[in-house]
Amino acid sequence: MQDALLRFARNRLALLGAVVLLLVLTMAAAAPVLYPAGAFALAGPPLQPPGGRFLLGTDTLGRDVAAGIVYGARTSLMIGVVATLAAVVLGVLIGAVAGYYRGKPDLALMRITELFQTIPSFILAILLVAILSPSADSEIAAITLVSWPGIARLARGEFASLGGREFVLACVGLGAGDGRIVFRHLLPNCASPLIAVGSLLVANVILFESGLSFLGLGDPNLMSWGLMISAGREVLRSAWWICTFPGLAIVATVLAINLIGDGLNEALNPRLRDR
Amino acid sequence: MRRWIYAGGRLALAVPVLFSIAVLNFFLIHLAPGDPASVMAGEGGSATPEYMAMLRHKFGLDQSLPLQLWHYVVNVATLDLGYSFRNDEPVLTLILDRLGPTLLLMGTAFVISVGAGILLGLLAGTGRNSWRDGASSILALLASATPSFWLGLMLIVLLSIRLGWLPTSGYETIGSFYEGRAYALDVGRHLIMPALSLALFYLALYTRVMRASVIEQMNMDYVVTARAKGQTELGIIFGHILRNALLPVVTMAGVQAGNLIGGSVIVESVFGWPGIGTLAFAALQGRDLNLLLGIFLVSACVVVAINLMVDLAYVALDPRMDM
Amino acid sequence: MNDAFALGPPALSIEGLSIALPPGADRPHAVEQLDLKLNPGEITCLVGESGSGKSMVARAVLGLLPPRVRIAAGALRFGATDLVQADETRLRAIRGAEIGMIFQEPMTALNPLHRVGRQVDEVFRLHTDLSRRARRERVVQLLADVHLPDPERLYRAYPHQLSGGQRQRMVIAMALALGPKLLIADEPTTALDVTTQAQILAQLRELQRERGTSVLFITHDFGVVADIADRVAVLQRGRLVEEGRRDDVLRSPVHPYTRLLLAAVPRLQAPRRRAGNLGPPLLEARNLRKTYPRRGFGGSATVALDDVSLVLRRGETLGLVGESGSGKSTLARILTCLARVDSGEILLGGEALARLGRRQLRPYRRRMQMVFQDPYASLDPRQRVGDIIAEGPLIHGMSRAATRARVAELLNLVGLQETAAERYPHEFSGGQRQRIGIARALALEPEILVADEPVSALDVSVQAQVLQLLANIKGKLGLSMLFVTHDLRVALQVCDRIAVMRAGRIVEMGEAADVYAAPSHPYTRALFAAVPGAHWEQSHAAEPVS
Repeated sequence: MQDALLRFARNRLALLGAVVLLLVLTMAAAAPVLYPAGAFALAGPPLQPPGGRFLLGTDTLGRDVAAGIVYGARTSLMIGVVATLAAVVLGVLIGAVAGYYRGKPDLALMRITELFQTIPSFILAILLVAILSPSADSEIAAITLVSWPGIARLARGEFASLGGREFVLACVGLGAGDGRIVFRHLLPNCASPLIAVGSLLVANVILFESGLSFLGLGDPNLMSWGLMISAGREVLRSAWWICTFPGLAIVATVLAINLIGDGLNEALNPRLRDR
Repeated sequence: MRRWIYAGGRLALAVPVLFSIAVLNFFLIHLAPGDPASVMAGEGGSATPEYMAMLRHKFGLDQSLPLQLWHYVVNVATLDLGYSFRNDEPVLTLILDRLGPTLLLMGTAFVISVGAGILLGLLAGTGRNSWRDGASSILALLASATPSFWLGLMLIVLLSIRLGWLPTSGYETIGSFYEGRAYALDVGRHLIMPALSLALFYLALYTRVMRASVIEQMNMDYVVTARAKGQTELGIIFGHILRNALLPVVTMAGVQAGNLIGGSVIVESVFGWPGIGTLAFAALQGRDLNLLLGIFLVSACVVVAINLMVDLAYVALDPRMDM
Repeated sequence: MNDAFALGPPALSIEGLSIALPPGADRPHAVEQLDLKLNPGEITCLVGESGSGKSMVARAVLGLLPPRVRIAAGALRFGATDLVQADETRLRAIRGAEIGMIFQEPMTALNPLHRVGRQVDEVFRLHTDLSRRARRERVVQLLADVHLPDPERLYRAYPHQLSGGQRQRMVIAMALALGPKLLIADEPTTALDVTTQAQILAQLRELQRERGTSVLFITHDFGVVADIADRVAVLQRGRLVEEGRRDDVLRSPVHPYTRLLLAAVPRLQAPRRRAGNLGPPLLEARNLRKTYPRRGFGGSATVALDDVSLVLRRGETLGLVGESGSGKSTLARILTCLARVDSGEILLGGEALARLGRRQLRPYRRRMQMVFQDPYASLDPRQRVGDIIAEGPLIHGMSRAATRARVAELLNLVGLQETAAERYPHEFSGGQRQRIGIARALALEPEILVADEPVSALDVSVQAQVLQLLANIKGKLGLSMLFVTHDLRVALQVCDRIAVMRAGRIVEMGEAADVYAAPSHPYTRALFAAVPGAHWEQSHAAEPVS
């Protein structure tokens, strides 16, 4: 594990990603201090260009774009992390059962997984949120429901390949039960790829969420970057900044998380280093 | 020719997939708050009481759940997806009318992303740690972090508003009545920005997959064999590595088909592209859930069809599918 | 070092060759100051254990070193050309045309997506102006030359449709296509079964004689050396320690390292001991059957075990011998209840195990323990060695404190330091890991040790040490042992009785001495005849090997 940390620290791009993500996190944490009035408060005249009293300008209603970005970071990160965790737990559970027990449970679970991979996930998510009515909870539920299959396939592959390895057979031969084999041997050995893929999933979830809120399916009580971009569309011709800055925030955050994910992948799976 | 049997097997697997999606749809209807009939009629409140009564009868909504499911699946199987009161047209007609532009957009984006992704991945993978590798890696990193809808808006700002090169939205110039080549060119000009917005994310994905795959193949024993035969490096890359390296890209293209159609929903709504994405957006605004369900079902069919084509491509590329 | 009576100018002259490894490798040079001349028309074997740098030499000749490995000094004179100085264009003209190469792994040496005929044809396309039809004729003729059946049909086959031996023949056909002066063969038969290996070696020898090709043959196996070499060069950690004619080196090695290696090769001879009075039956297999279901569309089911019965008596070592796919490993796993049997019964001390559930099996498990083949895959990389060894006793209810003492005792027993308990598997060599695996198996004080190819992944000198350790432990603890191996030399050295398996059946079973002296089944005879070096050893039986 220490080796892995060292390898990560030597990866300059990954460190850059970590710094950017740290900045976004700080921003999100400091939001109530920076903008105590909240993201929806009317701060001044509408459509003020950036640079003057408002660092990033104001939107059509006179809300501060910078405040929106800061509060949007909270929404994006919160949904990104929660939905990813839920998807990883669900995916590992399904993948582990399939990969460990093989046979019929494997066949059935993998059919379901394939089905969910075939389904146009964004449209399913739109449907779900529309049915459950837009809120952070329904967004998380929808994103989780469409994000677990990738994790499940990975976990299944790892469990299946590790399950046939001789050290696991040796453990069966010692008389170990399923619990010991799964938690002492299999999970620790597939943690590395899961962590790496999980961290990349956070980035994709943030992109996914921004798409949902762009279509007006975000939580109406939470400021989000997608919502800001969608609100600025109408005045694209005259007020470019309303759309531009939230988009840049998305790009920076997602890029940072991707860089970290790649760095983790290389650090935790050193045999991939040469690729 | 066993592999064509394999392909046939995949085709047979499409049926349970479509059936499962219909079942999923059924449960989504029941998940929605309120009377399933009102869900299916669309919550616009524009359905007549007679129509609602007809729906209840047709779907057996006063019967047990399994029977209701049976009625629903039979209706779907007979291509009866219901009626959209908001649009005053059958759902299937509405969707089929819009399917063409969506397929055009998806197809273009697919060709751009796969083609350019393979090319960039090959350039990066064969020139590892060179400037080619660096440049395409940076492009891939940026592209995979950029939301398509935002990219689309930025392209509009730059190419339409600032430079005035391309039309901001739509499928064709309204009222121009172009024909033949001129019409195709006109649609093509409208197509450029949506297709690019949609393609860029996937381009990044395929570039990364192709690069990793090329690098993996370059370390294979058969490459050393080819070298030991006296084959040139270019001969090795194009004669041996390329086709092997394509296999993971083809697999990935199949996996991403579903996401591509989802992505086109959002891109269409940015550019007012008259496909099923814009239709879905309108249905969302009007809370026409039944139309959304229909769109979901049809787009799943499209994905299944694409997956079949990908399977065929794979079978054609890899003789080992003969097993 | 070279004999004075050279047969004309050398086919290849390696002069002062040093190959530099990338920084961070275990030593700066893979090969240092290597001088070696290959006589024309002879087979020179370059022998060494893993990590000796022998494969690097083979690769250096054709300029095919892995990335970041480079030639630091020296010359490779091939005719008038120094291959070290030659540019890429010149090298390409030589590769495949004047120097051919055969690789270790026939399964991966061919492009999986191209028909094999096309891959052989590539050599002609690159180096000749022959018409398509002429090339095709030459390829088909070549396939016939390397004794591939039905060359016209195989021309159109894909690699996955061929067996390992057939694939290796394809690679040989490719390497010999243009009648090269020099052939480099890098462990060409290591991945093959022993009977296939014997065929390929005989064939290489035949083609080499016919065409007068010079061969640089890389191998780790002195049996193969005895079968094929004219001259032998021994490499130890990158340095040439001995070189000479085959019979001289094998019969009277000069360098201590060569002596050590030769002494470590088990002799192909009848064991002196007799099984004598064996104890009562301890483990019995009755009519075991196992079929693996077919995979995918159109695949066929594999019969792994077909009505297998055997008895392991208390205190004996029973050898299970066979080639890959014979079902010997499946049998070992089924006997230890690591895999389920379709039908038949397993009796341990008279108690039936085949139908017991996992929980019911637990008390019996400690009585039979297994040692695995792959020292890298058989230890959990995330666990400390101490925890690995202690796991069995912990599962069976020993207290943590008590296991600590037990671990120390076991580490001593297998010849490792007690401090090893705190370290992770990747810090140990293959032989040491195998010792850890043995300690883990012994931790439960089993009555039966099932060893599944426990030394086949190890170098010959390490193999000898591990076999010695197993023999000592068996004597000390009074174990009964089931020993699975593909290596008849090892089987004869270790086992009291031998069962020969083929295609899921036991074709012959008896005392090791009898099976060796008078094999009754033709397959057993073929197996013994195919053991590398068997012929040489028997014709030189009068003289001691070392």
